[in-house]
Amino acid sequence: MSEPLAVTAPLAGRLSLFRRRGTLAVGVFLLGAFIVLALGAPLIAPYDPIAQDAAARLQGPSWLHPFGTDNFGRDILSRVIWGTRIDLQIAIIGVLFPFIIGTTLGTVAGFFGGIVDAIFMRLVDIILAFPFLVLMLSIIAILGPGLGSFYIAMALVGWVSYARLIRAQMLALKNHDYAVAAVSLGFSRTRIMFRHLLPNAAAGSIVFAMSDAVLVLLSGAAISYLGLGVQPPIAEWGVMVAEGQPFVTTAWWITLFPGLSIVTLAFAFSMIGDGLADLFGVHE
Amino acid sequence: MHRYKFVLYRPLQFLPVLFGISIITFILVRLIPGDPARVLLGTRATPEAIARIREQYGLDEPFLVQYLYFLRNLADGEMGRSILYKIDVLKLILTRIEPTLMLVLCSVVLSVLIAVPVAAVAARNQGRFADQAIRVISTFGIGFPPFWLGLMLIILFSVKLDIFPVSGYGNTLPEKLTHLFLPSLTISLSLSTVLARSLRAAMVEALRSDVATAARARGMPESIVFWRHVLPNSLVPTVNLLAVNIGWLIGGTVVVETVFALPGMGQLLVRAIFSRDYMVVQGVAMVFACATVLINFLADIATVALDPRVKL
Repeated sequence: MSEPLAVTAPLAGRLSLFRRRGTLAVGVFLLGAFIVLALGAPLIAPYDPIAQDAAARLQGPSWLHPFGTDNFGRDILSRVIWGTRIDLQIAIIGVLFPFIIGTTLGTVAGFFGGIVDAIFMRLVDIILAFPFLVLMLSIIAILGPGLGSFYIAMALVGWVSYARLIRAQMLALKNHDYAVAAVSLGFSRTRIMFRHLLPNAAAGSIVFAMSDAVLVLLSGAAISYLGLGVQPPIAEWGVMVAEGQPFVTTAWWITLFPGLSIVTLAFAFSMIGDGLADLFGVHE
Repeated sequence: MHRYKFVLYRPLQFLPVLFGISIITFILVRLIPGDPARVLLGTRATPEAIARIREQYGLDEPFLVQYLYFLRNLADGEMGRSILYKIDVLKLILTRIEPTLMLVLCSVVLSVLIAVPVAAVAARNQGRFADQAIRVISTFGIGFPPFWLGLMLIILFSVKLDIFPVSGYGNTLPEKLTHLFLPSLTISLSLSTVLARSLRAAMVEALRSDVATAARARGMPESIVFWRHVLPNSLVPTVNLLAVNIGWLIGGTVVVETVFALPGMGQLLVRAIFSRDYMVVQGVAMVFACATVLINFLADIATVALDPRVKL
């Protein structure tokens, strides 16, 4: 994202360098904080996330309940902290499987070319013709609501972007001198594909994985909001927004804080993505 | 006119994709466990209805033959019947297209209205405070969940300020537009961040281009250079970006229609999933997919029309 350093002035140069590191640092720090919250939830959260308290229903933010309580008297802060576990998991698992599947298929298609590649690209075109969320929802409709269905649907749909990225890189890289040299040394195709070419092709996909994590997080939360993902009473940010919706005019804190958590975690991934893009010299 | 020749043959290239869309939607519904006739008709179907659907869809035939039956039914405009609404799926979808189409149109217009000035300010102050601020805000904006943003806009505009209705659609055009404002704004605030980023990059390039330099050399004021030369030259990549994001935009309408209770195709899809109205799920998925293909085609035409250098 950063501009070419042609802006010349030494100060601008230094500022830009600081910004590169700074962007990555802010992102890593925020993500680290969320990981700590997720792992330490039982120790950090002041209340049980699903314990109901009839005496403390719909209370606004106070010292006792910094983020207020919902209509069951559950502490919103504790639910937000426990929600970190689920939403972080959604972003990580929801990216990991498509990344692995897409990278493998894209590598093979780009390396072999020909009929394998042609069939592969048609499949990609067809999947891309469907609006992402519509195909996801259709698959979840068949598998039934739940987080497991979401991950399966994600793996079936999400690999396409990674495969396209890697394939394009492979097509360019496989004619480079070092690839030709590896072939003439008699290395196996598998070794050339995954040991020589893939490491050079992966930078773009890793950067993309970070912006994809934002998309996956938003989709997972949206599907849970619609009632087709994580099921209540489990504390998940999208579910919490849905539960707060009937009270949105009177008890704004029920929806505000889980939403802000999504925004902040998404921001962390975006910053890491921007920082890595600068570090690797990758441009969109 | 030969530049537009692709309008004639490009649809032929769509055939494999449309074919693929039909295969995927066919498989989707056949993957549901249980007797397909019961799946399609619901649990309370009469034996006569089941016999009829068995014959119509060739459910006793092999899988491949079933697919041919499915294609024949499609060619007849026959997408089955909704269990919940008791009418033909195609008719049902036709009644729901307008709100979704209007929502998409309003969102695109609003996004462009937001993105163009924002990108212009950022590009003309490249590297300075305004540019940096816009960059940070847009990085935040990408991560705003539409379902939550919609609720926050309801709190601000409907509850506190009481300017726009909370939900629903209305009957007359002005009524519809006031109902569509907040849903469109929800989608636009996310979409415009993506648009503004790419538009800014295109503008920065156009500001440095020979065209702009030549215009300045002729003594044109900077504002005219911008409106006459920079802006038109940066629009082409943006049109393509809109087309690339159309799938994402449609996904947004599904969520936003649910938040604002807009009676469009997205809301229909979500309700159909809950009521296991699989024919409707299948029909909506197929219509959305075909719409995406069509919009990409239209974007190709727009690209050729906007930039005389482009040949497809």
